[in-house]
Amino acid sequence: MSDLLYSEEEEALRRAVRDLLADRCDAATVLARAEAPAAEGPHDRELWKALTEGMGLAGLLVPEELGGQGATHREAAVVLEELGRAVAPVPYLTSAVVATEALLACGGSEAAELLSALAAGRTVGALAVGLATAPGAPFQDVRHDAGALHGELTGIADAAGADILLVPADDGALYAVHTAQDGVTVTPRTSLDLTRPLAAVTFEAAAARELTRGADAAVRRGLRAGAALLASEQLGIAEWCLTETVRYTKERHQFNRPVGSFQALKHRLAELWLEVVNTRAAARNAADALAADSTDADVAAALAQAYAAPVAVHAAEEALQLHGGIGMTWEHPVHLYLKRAKADSIAYGTAGRHREALAELVDLQAP
Amino acid sequence: MIDAGELRTRTRALLEAHPPATTDRADFLKARFDAGLAWVHYPEGLGGLGAPRSLQAVVDAELEAAGAPDNDPRRIGIGLGMAAPTVLGFGTEEQKQRFLRPLWTGEEVWCQLFSEPGAGSDLAALGTRAVRDAESGDWVVNGQKVWTSSAHTARWAILIARTDPDLPKHRGITYFVCDMTDPGVEVRPLRQITGEAEFNEVFLTDVRVPDAHRLGEVGEGWKVAQTTLMNERVSIGGMRIPREGGMIGPVAKAWRDRPELRTHDLHQRLLKLWVDAEVARLTGERLRQQLVAGQPGPEGSGMKLGFARLNQEISGLEVELLGEEGLLYDDWTMRRPELVDFVGREAGYRYLRSKGNSIEGGTSEVLLNIVAERVLGLPAEPRTDKDVAWKDLAR
Repeated sequence: MSDLLYSEEEEALRRAVRDLLADRCDAATVLARAEAPAAEGPHDRELWKALTEGMGLAGLLVPEELGGQGATHREAAVVLEELGRAVAPVPYLTSAVVATEALLACGGSEAAELLSALAAGRTVGALAVGLATAPGAPFQDVRHDAGALHGELTGIADAAGADILLVPADDGALYAVHTAQDGVTVTPRTSLDLTRPLAAVTFEAAAARELTRGADAAVRRGLRAGAALLASEQLGIAEWCLTETVRYTKERHQFNRPVGSFQALKHRLAELWLEVVNTRAAARNAADALAADSTDADVAAALAQAYAAPVAVHAAEEALQLHGGIGMTWEHPVHLYLKRAKADSIAYGTAGRHREALAELVDLQAP
Repeated sequence: MIDAGELRTRTRALLEAHPPATTDRADFLKARFDAGLAWVHYPEGLGGLGAPRSLQAVVDAELEAAGAPDNDPRRIGIGLGMAAPTVLGFGTEEQKQRFLRPLWTGEEVWCQLFSEPGAGSDLAALGTRAVRDAESGDWVVNGQKVWTSSAHTARWAILIARTDPDLPKHRGITYFVCDMTDPGVEVRPLRQITGEAEFNEVFLTDVRVPDAHRLGEVGEGWKVAQTTLMNERVSIGGMRIPREGGMIGPVAKAWRDRPELRTHDLHQRLLKLWVDAEVARLTGERLRQQLVAGQPGPEGSGMKLGFARLNQEISGLEVELLGEEGLLYDDWTMRRPELVDFVGREAGYRYLRSKGNSIEGGTSEVLLNIVAERVLGLPAEPRTDKDVAWKDLAR
């Protein structure tokens, strides 16, 4: 049975990340970042530097001999809980988890070199597979011809801030491409989630270095880690929404009472608390299953997404409604959480996709 | 402090002195109690050794491996889960010595005389009266209790009764141990929607309870009852359950074994409930791990809520999945089972019995209030009954 608790070291890690985010990533800062000119890029570079060069967090999943921390998914999950709680505009999930996991599946010196660069945090990577893709689902690729790539890929999360793209091609291989090199164009799109922007990427005879012949396995591993650990981000989002809403409804008075004393509201918040409690168990289970490389990891990842995604959305929607009019404003941060939660419910496969995957995995076949 | 190795040694000594194969069941259980291996966290002399609660698992595993008899905790659940911690917490030395051993061995079954027709969710409004007889010092009890499981097999009951109607409702209550063989105790089966009479109505007419059977101070019964109720609600979640170990198990099996029953709509609903059931199981497991690590979390407050809803939804789906068979019921004959069993019998029974899960042991609505106020710290609803004498409350 998996270990579903947090170790003392994990709690210490959480405190360190939370302190940093409290200083550097309050809601006003996140909002200002989202509205900054496109030339400045979509991410908070200073915050990223503090998290990676300062704390070494980008290398948690990378072995020590490649310059990483040699930690596990359990620690990365704790970091994601805190990043979710702050809707932090940094490419942690896409670079330090998904791209890193895909590279870990590649082997070879090219991948090892990239892993070291990603672990250091000075290089940001992105797996060039649409954010909506579930683990094991078909994905788009581009044409490989005479050492160069040709074609277009859409819906790539955090591509606009990335230095390196990991690109699947029609020959079944996965390639590394610098975004700054000739023949590569990254076109930012306006995204529902202001803090995890999407882009389209086109390749016109872009030179590429081969990472592995088995793109399928690498992509699958990256997406599975993404789906499993996204549940921890969703837990952080849901917790922030619940905590803030409880705080607000205790303070806000209407009808000469704190609105939080009305049973109709109390029951909704208690229901939400129960969903958050359940989400924590599901998210911890998924992180622990990946860390232990358990035979149950596929089930644990699908289960976590099937449960956590709707909870984060529900928490954000309840937070907005129970904040009343202020919840509809741009200045109140709840919209950032709603947008992230809704986008997350599609990222790495919807809850429905993951339930379908479970039907296969636990032998509950469709009619 | 006693450690796991020491407990293992003591358990093996017990097994050597009383080999399960040749020892009478009741004798073995008594010997186990006397060896302090019944509930290791209880004090010495009362079936325990003052060891950490988490080490009970060590003893249980050794005994199970040796094929030792257990005390059938399902049959004596109210005694073990509710009466025992209350007697331990509030009883006199004499009461602890008298009650705990036969309670644990199962020689004496307990029931709980709490709910009344007029006091369910608002339990503190109860009206059963206990009046002190000036001559003998005994308490004379009159009233009616309801929803009492095991009353028809019980030797003893934990009872709360009103001893001062002039005080506000939470203050004039006293807690007693009631002798179910007293001639003033009448137990009538209360037949339920399942057709069974798993519960009872209990009528109390001039029942004499000696003052030596009072638990805690006069008028402090509500405080004592809180211990009982808290233990009632956390008793769930302490067990390790395998995947598909609850109500989802029979539905998943029917789905696999009988492809002709499958529809797309049922598939969608089944998968969602499978996910909910598995996540609820993990939450229970997480709570168990917290308890073992000595860091109990507030999760227990919500577990019962989650399971009630889940059981109802899953059993509802199961009846529907069975289609034509779901139109049938196994047997409406009235029975009086000795065990509370949510899962036994067939789908129709499970569906009907699970309706009680959101009512018994605190309704879901009351539990949501408790979570909101005690876990989330939200303000209480304004109270109109708090400072009014019980006798002046509207009824």
